[in-house]
Amino acid sequence: MTKTQKSKDNLIQNPKSKIQNRKVVILSGNNAVANALRQVDPHVYPGYPITPSTKIMETVAEFIANGKMQCEMVAVESEHSAMSAAVGAAAGGARVASATAANGLAFMWEVLYIASGSHLPIVLAIGNRALSAPINGFADHGESMGSRDAGWIQFYSESVQEAYDNIIQAFRIGEDSRVRLPVMVCLDGFLLTHTSENITMQGDDEVTDFVGPYHAEFSLLDPDKPVSHGLSDPPSYYMEHKMRQQAGMEKAREVIEEVGAEYGKRFGRPYGLVDPYCMDDAETAIIILGSEAGRVKGVVDKMREAGKKVGALRLRTVRPFPDEQIVRQLLGLKAVAIMDRSYAPGAVGAPMFQEVRSALYDYRDSAPPIVNRIYGLGGRELRNADVRNIFAELDALADGDATVPVIQMVGLRGEPAPTWEEMRPLETPIAVAAKRGK
Amino acid sequence: MSSLAPDVPANGLPIWDELPPGGVSEDAGSTSRRTMGFWRGGGQRPLIDLNLCVQCLHCWVSCPDACFILEDGQVTCINYDHCKGCGICANECPPMVNAIVLVEERRFG
Amino acid sequence: MPNEQLTFASKQAEPLAGGHSLCAGCAASIIVRQVIMATEDPVVVANATGCLEVCTGIYPTTSWNVSWIHNAFANAGATLSGVESAYRALRKRGEIPEREIKFVAFGGDGGTYDIGLQSLSGAMERGHDMVYVCYDNGAYMNTGVQRSSATPLGAHTTTSPAGTLMTIGKSEIRKDMTAIAEAHGIPYIAQSSPGYYMDLMYKAKRAFQTKGAAFLNVMSPCPLGWSTEPADTLVLARLAVDTCVWPLFEIAEGEFSLTYLPLEKKPVIEWLQPQGRFRHIFKNNDEGLIDRIQADVDRDWQKLLDRAGDAIPDIAGPVRF
Repeated sequence: MTKTQKSKDNLIQNPKSKIQNRKVVILSGNNAVANALRQVDPHVYPGYPITPSTKIMETVAEFIANGKMQCEMVAVESEHSAMSAAVGAAAGGARVASATAANGLAFMWEVLYIASGSHLPIVLAIGNRALSAPINGFADHGESMGSRDAGWIQFYSESVQEAYDNIIQAFRIGEDSRVRLPVMVCLDGFLLTHTSENITMQGDDEVTDFVGPYHAEFSLLDPDKPVSHGLSDPPSYYMEHKMRQQAGMEKAREVIEEVGAEYGKRFGRPYGLVDPYCMDDAETAIIILGSEAGRVKGVVDKMREAGKKVGALRLRTVRPFPDEQIVRQLLGLKAVAIMDRSYAPGAVGAPMFQEVRSALYDYRDSAPPIVNRIYGLGGRELRNADVRNIFAELDALADGDATVPVIQMVGLRGEPAPTWEEMRPLETPIAVAAKRGK
Repeated sequence: MSSLAPDVPANGLPIWDELPPGGVSEDAGSTSRRTMGFWRGGGQRPLIDLNLCVQCLHCWVSCPDACFILEDGQVTCINYDHCKGCGICANECPPMVNAIVLVEERRFG
Repeated sequence: MPNEQLTFASKQAEPLAGGHSLCAGCAASIIVRQVIMATEDPVVVANATGCLEVCTGIYPTTSWNVSWIHNAFANAGATLSGVESAYRALRKRGEIPEREIKFVAFGGDGGTYDIGLQSLSGAMERGHDMVYVCYDNGAYMNTGVQRSSATPLGAHTTTSPAGTLMTIGKSEIRKDMTAIAEAHGIPYIAQSSPGYYMDLMYKAKRAFQTKGAAFLNVMSPCPLGWSTEPADTLVLARLAVDTCVWPLFEIAEGEFSLTYLPLEKKPVIEWLQPQGRFRHIFKNNDEGLIDRIQADVDRDWQKLLDRAGDAIPDIAGPVRF
């Protein structure tokens, strides 16, 4: 039996589904994203290949070549041009999608800000990968974390299923008139992009119906109504335009929840801004995003079996940052670790640590002590034992052990650089907790 | 609500949620409402003698500021709100015709 | 009476309103007007960052009476290829009316020869149905006259200054962008000048009629960066052509034609002398440099004559009209 026949045999009709054309299929993350794009069928796909998201572009090209998509592919000569063409096409009133990773996203940087500042709801899949140097092709959130202030909505997918679901929802969310912002859907390089999973793929009609037609604002292609895009803003307008962007981002919070709930109602998989796991009675918890959330949840299960009150909180979005949902989950806990798959040289901890700690400031009297565990950079393996060890550290922290380091790299050979060991500002939560005699 | 609003002078400019998103302008050609004529300042002003003009349209096609107003394909006047006094038109007017002369702006007070 | 071309143009709506803040005597807006009025179809313009962009589009106003997009400095080619792809995609699905729209990008030499070269190269190679117009004023004028790869040998700019030790200004020759465009094998490439508006409008018209990518390299005299009189802008544009510093030609479907043969090929010194950016050459009595510039011009012109071969028009002056 050939490989193709095998996978075709796996296209099982889901017997419980009322909807005939829903299927359970085995797809890699890239293939799932490409299939979601096939079903949405955006007007234009400007793309440039880069590992590990190349397969998305290749698969879209194949769909087009085989008449399964009407989409126009613009196979540009660089990621800078991919995002530039995306901006041009979106300003021309087209629905636009693309995919990139790592250095490709970095090369798009300038234009990422132009897409969001121009309120163009482009959808961009990111196969998260470490930024050079040293050059490294493996999973790491450094590139998308670096672009978290570029004005894009950012989703971090836990699974192939979610990557597929996120792409479909991204169009609805970004194009919502209350939002009108571009959306990044991140999936961990190789861990999701190249790993095949059983996923439920909705029927083409269901997806078309869910996403709906696209009505662009201010199209360049209506000669009777000429518009100027990308004018030069004087100081007397720039701040107002930034507030416009901010308002879209704020509205995105409710739109993401609305669309996630409707998606759940229609297709049985609801989504929100955060994904709490065993948090109701948890005493210690790990905050994480991306594919390794699955591992943490697995360890939580095992530890729960052993009677430990542990939990996990996965952040589905980083922009907008779900501060309210995080705070609600964390207050009352005894200790929390924020696991970042990225780091910020010279900063006090990695990006999510900084932001979670900042969100807790207003609740500092009742906030738990928090530590930062930086893991998996450049695709470094995270083991279940590492996660267990972090929970053990949290226990020690909850008991007032002031020797637990605030910021540490997981699985690093050798001691951390001295500045990190010494970097313990006087008023860290641990110091505060120690003073209170907890 | 916002602590910004009460004290910030609006200067007649729209507040943020009155602006279309993305800094788009639908007001095509709206700089035509601006006056750039003051750029002529100490310079010169072109005057066209329509009696001499042969309607070759060289001035019209050579003007960087679209100052030559056409009616039925004929130059009828110069828009001094936009004319910066560069003097290109006087150079482009055919030497045998010489319908455009440049006059010191200060003569017009 | 205006000729046929101007009569046609005068019937078109004004694409670029006055009231913009380009310098007095700037050639960029003349080029824009002459190019766009050469077609009767609606156009969508993409503009690289630069003088033209920043002076015609200061929010909330715009000088553009046609649809216009500015994205960034390096990406006018890619941006317009995106708009053109949207046009094809939306038309294919019947989501916009079946109506002919033309696409044209304007970039300065910085946005074309330098930072935007890759984006333009990609767009030309992909064969988008669009016209790219470079208004080449020979330096980064918008930021205050810095050298570009289009700055001619010997020109003083703020980053290639003629000093007491290094006296010649820019010490390298300019890049031949028109030849680079031709190397892409696109169906229409031309070099033109707003000083010969008939030439420019004819080439713009052909470029718009061409299916696929077309490239127009248009010399754009700059009173600020060249230190010249605003009134002389088009005089200098013609002088560049008549000294063969900026020959006018086109390559249509691979067929090369000289579109203008000077009545008398003027010495290059006549082109250099009126420009303040070459003042140091005369102050220093640098005859060697003048000779070198003349030799370069002579060699390049001879190459074009050789290339034209028997097709050299036997009458002097503007041909083809």
